[in-house]
Amino acid sequence: MLVEALALSAVLFSIGVIGVLTRRNAIIIFMCVELMLNAVNLSFVALSKLYGAAGQVFVVFTMTVAAAEAAVGLAIIIAIFRHVKTVNLQNINLLKG
Amino acid sequence: MNPALIPEGAHPLAATVARFVWLLPLLPLLGFLINGTLAMLGAAKVGPADPSADHGHGHGDAHAQDDAHGHGVNGHGAHDDHHPPPRHKFAGIVSLIGPGVLLAAFGLAVACFLAMRGVEMEHPYVVTLFQWMPVGDLHLDASLLLDPLSMTMVLVVTGVGMLIHVFSVGYMQDDPGYPRYFAYLNLFVFFMLTLVLGASYPLLFVGWEGVGLCSYLLIGFWFSEKANADAGKKAFIVNRIGDFGFLVAMFLMFANLGTLDIGRVAAKAAELPFGGVVITAMALFLFLGCTGKSAQIPLHVWLPDAMAGPTPVSALIHAATMVTAGVYLVARASGIFSMAPVAQLTVASVGALTALVAATIGLKQWDIKKVLAYSTVSQLGYMFVGVGVGAYTAGIFHLVTHAFFKALLFLGSGSVIFAMHAAYHHTHNHDDAQDMRNMGGLKQYMPITFYLMWIATLAIAGIPLFSGFFSKDEILASVFARVSHSTLAESSLLGIPGSTVLLIVYGIGLAVALLTAIYMTRMMLYTFHGPNRTGEGERPHLTEAPWVMTGPLVVLGVLAAIGGWINVPELLGAIGPVGGLEHFLEPVVGQASLRTTLGAPPHVAHQTELLLVGAAIAIAITGIAIAVWRLKPAALVPKKEAPASTGISRVLENKYFVDEGYDAAFVQPTVSVSRAVLWKGFDAGIIDGLFVNGSALLARAFGWLGSQLQTGQVGTYAWVLLIGVITLLGAFTLR
Repeated sequence: MLVEALALSAVLFSIGVIGVLTRRNAIIIFMCVELMLNAVNLSFVALSKLYGAAGQVFVVFTMTVAAAEAAVGLAIIIAIFRHVKTVNLQNINLLKG
Repeated sequence: MNPALIPEGAHPLAATVARFVWLLPLLPLLGFLINGTLAMLGAAKVGPADPSADHGHGHGDAHAQDDAHGHGVNGHGAHDDHHPPPRHKFAGIVSLIGPGVLLAAFGLAVACFLAMRGVEMEHPYVVTLFQWMPVGDLHLDASLLLDPLSMTMVLVVTGVGMLIHVFSVGYMQDDPGYPRYFAYLNLFVFFMLTLVLGASYPLLFVGWEGVGLCSYLLIGFWFSEKANADAGKKAFIVNRIGDFGFLVAMFLMFANLGTLDIGRVAAKAAELPFGGVVITAMALFLFLGCTGKSAQIPLHVWLPDAMAGPTPVSALIHAATMVTAGVYLVARASGIFSMAPVAQLTVASVGALTALVAATIGLKQWDIKKVLAYSTVSQLGYMFVGVGVGAYTAGIFHLVTHAFFKALLFLGSGSVIFAMHAAYHHTHNHDDAQDMRNMGGLKQYMPITFYLMWIATLAIAGIPLFSGFFSKDEILASVFARVSHSTLAESSLLGIPGSTVLLIVYGIGLAVALLTAIYMTRMMLYTFHGPNRTGEGERPHLTEAPWVMTGPLVVLGVLAAIGGWINVPELLGAIGPVGGLEHFLEPVVGQASLRTTLGAPPHVAHQTELLLVGAAIAIAITGIAIAVWRLKPAALVPKKEAPASTGISRVLENKYFVDEGYDAAFVQPTVSVSRAVLWKGFDAGIIDGLFVNGSALLARAFGWLGSQLQTGQVGTYAWVLLIGVITLLGAFTLR
């Protein structure tokens, strides 16, 4: 059971990474980041069976931080959208050297 | 003679006024500080910001322009309104302090001299003021050395210096830089006394450099004209070459003798092998220093240019005192030179050659000060012949008499230029006030100057009983006496036996005596005799200088006439005490002198000596006669109408083209190498191009590379992050 759970976690994480790397839409990248966080949460929960409740405590922390991150991240995306009228990251390159 | 043997307090002079010897240099230093302060205060007050100073400022500018076209004197009468120009606001107090400190110093010097006459001067009197440089094995004190030699020099410097200071009060009276002038002059005397009284070579060197600085400042005193500033720089730079020699000589002394104290160096030098490489190198490097300071070949080129300074400066620094420092140094280092006969022969030969070259150039100069400048170079050569053959007293004797008659000649020429300049100002004439072709017949306008300058001319020409006769004759006799039975005769220079060298030097000495009589008579004839060549407008304004200028001339005239009596030769024992200076200087240079003549005083048969003196007199009279017979002052035309000279006179008038030669050989290559390699190549190419701009370019290139990494695409950053994470994880897991 543990192996399946970890495998699923790895698959979800990889999907998240690939999404972050390949997609252009900021909202979708954001969702992929959430996917990666939750894949890690799944690993924590699965491994807490072996190593005790500390993993589950961490999951609570992660979800709290993810919630805060979602609030700040979405606010930034809204601000950017108001400014440049797009959420396509290819068009947002103000940091170009 | 080791000064360490006798403690300061035990010296017989310690109980006399001589213990205040430190006041001698201090007095002119005080004068410098006061006059220098006044000069700065005066300069600060006369500014455009101060409306009340407007009047004075306007006059100051007028003066600056006088300097720009005048050759020296900033004479009065430049103003159309015929009001006398206002003197400098501090002129009164400066005129009091400038010559005043010199008078005080001269008084003290005379007192010291009288005290010295009263005691046995077997050992020099050394007064230590304070510890100067205790560095490792080198212990240098600031000590003053008072012995007969430095006493003689102090008397000349303060005495002649005082007279020239007084003369300057008249000569410089309307100059806007009046306090600055006296500040420099006082500073010069301070350094000159340091040079003369220094008890160690480094302290002497401090004075040596200091007088060089003052010389530079005073040659370029009217620096608003570029030629004057350039002359100052030339003097300074040429002197640096000589100073290099002096420094190397001091290094050699410290390396081989372990001391720089003048007395100890002399004592230890005697222990070195006689005529060895070390002692010869030491003497020759010292002499290189002397050729710079005393304008001997090949470093003689600066002195004629130094005439750009005010004429009293030429009299004091470039005739009577500073340029004779080299002669003094050879006499002071007699303990070294007498151990190196090859160096001695070099000194005598260079002196003789310089005397001859300068005298021939003097034959064809038209500028009255240039004639005197070359005459000075020539007479300095004479002095080096004297000290070179080990006749230190004869050299110093000629130094003293030369200080009298050459200071008189220079001040007399200053008086002439002053009168010419004043006359030209009345008519706004811009002719050369120093060119003899513009003068002529001045004897009826300035009789006092005329008679006094003839006295000096007779003295320098060597007419019997005038001062120059005694000293010049003693030098020639000393050379002749050493042709046989001396260390010099047994030595050789460049393969020529020493006795032959000495005979040649003696022959050149006679020839120079003839030339001296000719060019000096020529100068007098063209300046004072014949018809007057100034214009109708100037003639009524030619007058004798004020008493403040003629007074010092009279005193110097008396000294130039009778100065020879301080050292009457045995031959003329009937007219006065024999060998006064000889006896006086004996404790200092006697030992070294005897070493050259193999322990016995030089002796020439009575008849031979009579013959030599007779020949010298005949030559002097012949020279004057040739000049009077051949030269026709009446045929001379003013400078602007004179045709260009040709042939050998052109070569002489252009000083054998030595300046041009040096320019082509040293100055132009230095300039072009500096321009092409050092400036364009190294400074602009390597320093500016490679280092400064190159490092900027490098930083910019790295910056550009870094900026290319910043695409602004979040995707790129994410990829980089991922690759980094994988790399790190891989590195940790695969390790």
